[in-house]
Amino acid sequence: MTTHYLVLSALLFAIGGAGVLVRRNAIVVFMCVELMLNACNLAFVTFARQHGNLDGQLIAFFVMVVAAAEVVIGLAIIVMIFRTRRSASVDDANLLKY
Amino acid sequence: MGETITFWVLAVVSVSAALGLVFSRKAVYSALMLGVVMLSLAVLYAVQDAPFLAAVQIIVYTGAVMMLFLFVLMLVGVDSADSLVETIKGQRFWATIAGLGFAALLALGAGNMVFAPAKGVGAVQEAGGNVPALAQLIFTRHVFAFEITSALLITAALGAMVLAHRERVRPKATQRDLARARFTGPQPSPLPGPGTYALHNAIDMPALLPDGSVSPQSINRVLARHEQEDGVRPTDPVKAALVKQVIDKDVAIEEDVAATEAAHQEDAK
Repeated sequence: MTTHYLVLSALLFAIGGAGVLVRRNAIVVFMCVELMLNACNLAFVTFARQHGNLDGQLIAFFVMVVAAAEVVIGLAIIVMIFRTRRSASVDDANLLKY
Repeated sequence: MGETITFWVLAVVSVSAALGLVFSRKAVYSALMLGVVMLSLAVLYAVQDAPFLAAVQIIVYTGAVMMLFLFVLMLVGVDSADSLVETIKGQRFWATIAGLGFAALLALGAGNMVFAPAKGVGAVQEAGGNVPALAQLIFTRHVFAFEITSALLITAALGAMVLAHRERVRPKATQRDLARARFTGPQPSPLPGPGTYALHNAIDMPALLPDGSVSPQSINRVLARHEQEDGVRPTDPVKAALVKQVIDKDVAIEEDVAATEAAHQEDAK
């Protein structure tokens, strides 16, 4: 079963990565990043069971904490950009380009 | 056997929900699809002897993180659809190719690995079960990382407060100011309500003036905008022209407000 779980995790990770590349809405891009983090967690939990120790589950727990902090900051930044530029599209935030 | 069935059902559900997350045009649907993926992953954790993580996944992800996403979606505007303009030429095509290639690479790599039968975590969590075993690890070997986590959470909370805080650049308008602005403005009275003078009592029917013509002030701006976005135009050409006029005026006002806000922020700096 380990292989099955790992392939599922790989598929979810790749879908999330493709979403980050394709989508333009900053919030949806953020959701795709969350999807990639979740896929990694699945792989960690699977490896924890494969190797018979709990360190994988522990790392997944830490990943969840970091993801929660990241979501808070990221969404605050998106709200701030939206307030000044009236847009949540990643194409519109291009002032650093020049 | 039970695990195999659970896995296949949830694998199909989560992969199709993930595809829906990427392909749905409205951001709210994407958020709901992400919720489906997270719930199925929680069940997969529970199946793999990680009941604590399954509970945390549901509480933290589907509870807190998804609510935060939906809340910000409501703030930013639910109807903010993706722009279909490609800034980089051919980006969508090549991104899809890259995604497919990456999926194939990872899946083939993982699929070709050969594993011994899984040891299972039953042996290491004999003393009381999953949660005490995890707690023992957290508070002994990984205690330093755990302490750093608290610093991270405090920093995140402070950062969110600093980022989301808005300085008041103008004094708050009192009732006196509001009344003065209203009577110096173009229309002291309330706008004519839609539909109340006509045959219909619906909000999308504009009010009629005494001579039978349509009053442009009674056209609902939000409905007019939705009609324009959905491609539904009034059949009456006079009304269609009025709706277009209202929308144009609305856009002009929005640009004006944005320019004033930008100017105010420049002043604040």
